[in-house]
Amino acid sequence: MKTITESTQALHEELVDQFGSAILGSEIQCEDQRVIVIDPKQSFEVLSWLKDSEVYQYDLLIDVTAVDYGAKKGVQVVYQLWSVNYKQLLRVKCPFPGPDLEISSVVELWGCANWLEREVFDLFGVHFSGHPDLRRILMPKNYSEGHPLRKDFPLRGRFSREKQTEIALDQSYEDYYRPEQLRDSLGPQKED
Amino acid sequence: MTTQRTIELPQPNMESGNMLVNIGPQHPATHGVLRLLCELDGETVIKIDPDIGYLHSSFEKLGEYRTWNQIIPLTDRMDYLAPLMYNCVYVMAVEKLMGLEVTERCKIVRVLCMEMERIFSHLLWLGTTAIDVGAFTPFLYAFQERERIYKLHEAFTGARITTSATRVGGMMADLPEGWTDQLKDFVYTFPDTLDEIENLLTRNGIHLGRTQGIGCIPADEAINAGFTGPNLRASGVDYDLRKDRPYYDYESYEFDVPVGTKGDCYDRYLVRMEEMRQSLKILDQALARLPDGRINVDDPRVSLPSKTDCMNDMESMIHHFKIVTEGIRVPPGDCYFAVEGSKGELGMYVVSDGGEKPIRWRVRPPSFVNLSVLPQLAEGHQVSDLIMINASLDIVLGEIDR
Repeated sequence: MKTITESTQALHEELVDQFGSAILGSEIQCEDQRVIVIDPKQSFEVLSWLKDSEVYQYDLLIDVTAVDYGAKKGVQVVYQLWSVNYKQLLRVKCPFPGPDLEISSVVELWGCANWLEREVFDLFGVHFSGHPDLRRILMPKNYSEGHPLRKDFPLRGRFSREKQTEIALDQSYEDYYRPEQLRDSLGPQKED
Repeated sequence: MTTQRTIELPQPNMESGNMLVNIGPQHPATHGVLRLLCELDGETVIKIDPDIGYLHSSFEKLGEYRTWNQIIPLTDRMDYLAPLMYNCVYVMAVEKLMGLEVTERCKIVRVLCMEMERIFSHLLWLGTTAIDVGAFTPFLYAFQERERIYKLHEAFTGARITTSATRVGGMMADLPEGWTDQLKDFVYTFPDTLDEIENLLTRNGIHLGRTQGIGCIPADEAINAGFTGPNLRASGVDYDLRKDRPYYDYESYEFDVPVGTKGDCYDRYLVRMEEMRQSLKILDQALARLPDGRINVDDPRVSLPSKTDCMNDMESMIHHFKIVTEGIRVPPGDCYFAVEGSKGELGMYVVSDGGEKPIRWRVRPPSFVNLSVLPQLAEGHQVSDLIMINASLDIVLGEIDR
């Protein structure tokens, strides 16, 4: 039985062999949690390798989320993977180097990424390229104050209370309850 | 004499001949404030778009403005059907990040709480799902039993739903006198009610007709869709965190993990029914093990010095003052900790920079991921099956919207 440090090191070396400079590092958190840090530009290739690799088989995507560390360290997208066969947990972090938050969507690999990525887009403004249906999920669709979980977003929102009430009252029922909405909301991708 | 008046009715857009039906947000069959936008061809569901966010309270944002212990009241407001479980898993994640080992008594008390909540949550699912297929009696039986757990909540925490019973390093208080006897009484008498409910449903022709072969999902698709918990196990995947990633000595308890075969609504029903029985087994073993001793850990990072020390010794008083006014500090790092929740893998991802407030507190919501599979499961079925499939997923909107 390999120790957690050895197995993380082995995975790190194997990934570096495959992807070279796209692997930024590896760490162990809380004594037994393995973390791999990768470049968001090549995240799709690395994640699909981790999913399909015979040795690792991370076939269950548990979570997609993001962390905003504030102005200095920026935003990270964090994936939690689980291998049903080998019973291993892995955390993959993709730190964005700058303010440009663009990463490949993994909906093709895991169906459950659909809503999870929509949530990250809604609350952090991370753009998942290749996502079939990237729109707001928790906030209202006409929400115009930005992305609430970013550190520069004030707790009570960007607009004044009066402005927020005004926007809420300006909505009409027809914006929400009409047959065309189904077509709008489901988007052209889903029609077959 | 009256003149005839023509009333102009708004004409729906019927180009394709399909109809748009809007189920919810206020509808008992959606089990919360969920809106399902459905396109129907006669009785057949063509497309569904679940619209969520009606209960969004931005708990995760609020958490970034609170100290570590102040977040606990937010956690039970997410899943009001299993509040103690959310209290427990949040502090377990923070303790893991701090490297804090709680006392043996505290561990067993939390196991008792979590298994009790599994039954508590499954009972609500059982009652409301039975109503959705037209069986009213199981609802009454289930809610009578739930009331007994509510009483246990109240005796322990003083609240029925918003329990907020845990603290980092222990519990809010020790168990009150006689509480374990009440719980024992529940553990020994509840199987009778469960048998009665099973008599009413398990071989009931109407129930079988409404659930068998409805909303099937095979194992590989269920994994791809991110199912966890009873929903995944109904599809035949044996993934239970209590066995696969054991915490709190679950490996030393004797219990089975029920697994289904087809992954239809009926399998999901059977898996949950059996899980309640297995939870009773765990409760019985945990009650037998419950040791005496301290419930709160004695660690200067989280626990308050005794009142006597504060009155006699300057350092203790400063220490007391610091913990109360500033809150506890958690070392920098991040931690993902998950337990087998009643609805699936319930995880907490906490990120700290060493301060008294988290940088990020993320809840891995099991029902959120489970609900996202609803369109895949229900499209092509009848409207009445849509109601059954939605019920069989066991969602709670407080946690989906957060």
